[in-house]
Amino acid sequence: MEKQLKVSAIKDGTVLDHIPSDQLFKVIDILGLQKSSNQITFGFNLDSKLLGKKAIIKIADTYFEADDINRIALIAPQTKINIIHDFEVVEKRVISVPSTIKGIVKCMNPMCITNHQAVETLFATILDSPDIKLHCHYCEKITDRDNLKIISNS
Amino acid sequence: MPKHLISIHDFSCDDILKTLEMARGFENNPYQPFLKGKIVASIFFEPSTRTRLSFETAANRLGARIIGFSDVDSTSITKGESLKDTIKMVSNYSDLIIMRHPLEGSARYASEISSVPVINAGDGANQHPTQTLLDLYSILKTQGKLDGLRINLVGDLKYGRTVHSLMQAMSFFNPSFVFTSPEELKMPQEYKDYLIAKGIPYTETKNLNEGLNDADIIYMTRVQKERFTDPIEYERVKNIYSLNLSMISNCKPNMKILHPLPRVNEISLDVDNSSHAYYFEQAENGVYTRMAIISKLLEIDNLTK
Repeated sequence: MEKQLKVSAIKDGTVLDHIPSDQLFKVIDILGLQKSSNQITFGFNLDSKLLGKKAIIKIADTYFEADDINRIALIAPQTKINIIHDFEVVEKRVISVPSTIKGIVKCMNPMCITNHQAVETLFATILDSPDIKLHCHYCEKITDRDNLKIISNS
Repeated sequence: MPKHLISIHDFSCDDILKTLEMARGFENNPYQPFLKGKIVASIFFEPSTRTRLSFETAANRLGARIIGFSDVDSTSITKGESLKDTIKMVSNYSDLIIMRHPLEGSARYASEISSVPVINAGDGANQHPTQTLLDLYSILKTQGKLDGLRINLVGDLKYGRTVHSLMQAMSFFNPSFVFTSPEELKMPQEYKDYLIAKGIPYTETKNLNEGLNDADIIYMTRVQKERFTDPIEYERVKNIYSLNLSMISNCKPNMKILHPLPRVNEISLDVDNSSHAYYFEQAENGVYTRMAIISKLLEIDNLTK
């Protein structure tokens, strides 16, 4: 079988693989990639045995702090991170869910103070179920995965 | 002791017990002007009679002076001032802030901005921790203990913030619960899960007659019309969840009926003169409990018991 890369390799940088296709643009938004001046290539709706359709992002000459990259755990926890040096994968990382989430997500409670005044949202993550749930530090209500709205970074 | 009282979860079991003990001291001797020379700000962004008067009575009894407002129409908030700016300003003027606000989480936010202690006097449908403490004080006072009691929570168990907070605070003291509510207003699963995790027994019923005879405390709440999509259903439920004197003829002698007030028709007037009725005394207990909370947060401990 012919095997070739759909998205061309990078020399140095970070590859985010196995992103669910429908989350690609949210991942780009959360990581603020639209503001990057480095070369970025991405593939969308690629075939994946694991996910059906997956997306991949290759960001040249960029490495992320764990705290930054873990922010995508909310929407794409199965994403695999490969650190590339000189075309070789030198490190593989998995996403781990941070215990608190500052900003990024909107509280789903319309009566929450964070939806009315300039207050940055803050959540504690609850991991007792397969899906991540967020407990609002302010109104104490739960925002679940189905109601997760990302505050745009752009 | 935490610096603020925003949510009942801010108080440990020990904090709760110490506060109740102090409340008892104030009830025995209500005139202890420890806060002479202090200024307490009472800022109410939405109307309240009972809670505000109870707090202001408590602060007055402690000898503090009170500044504040009970109506946002006469403040700069109508000019678009943010909560942050209001709190910054008020915390520069006062030694302690008592705040009620319609938005949930507003009190927590205020506590992060304020340089002085903040007491949450109700943040929308979220928390009203001083109500919970006065409920606990009323239970302790009437039963002589908090441990091992059977508590029947009646009415709106879905939206009622007082029953949720009371249930969680009582969980320190090995209770058993009966939840009496119409189908539409059942105790949410997350709270039942909380009890299951703590190994606390509960039963659920729709029939108000069921959980009365073995209860130590019957905690009634108002079933609000706006919670129902079907007005006919509301009318039906409203009449079913009304406690009258004949219903409590076989209850335990120590049983007391509590209600956070205002009452509409959940408790019939013929119950008022019964030895089981305790809702008016409960409201009075609020003053002593709030005196204790204010004193605790201002780190005043050397009171006469």
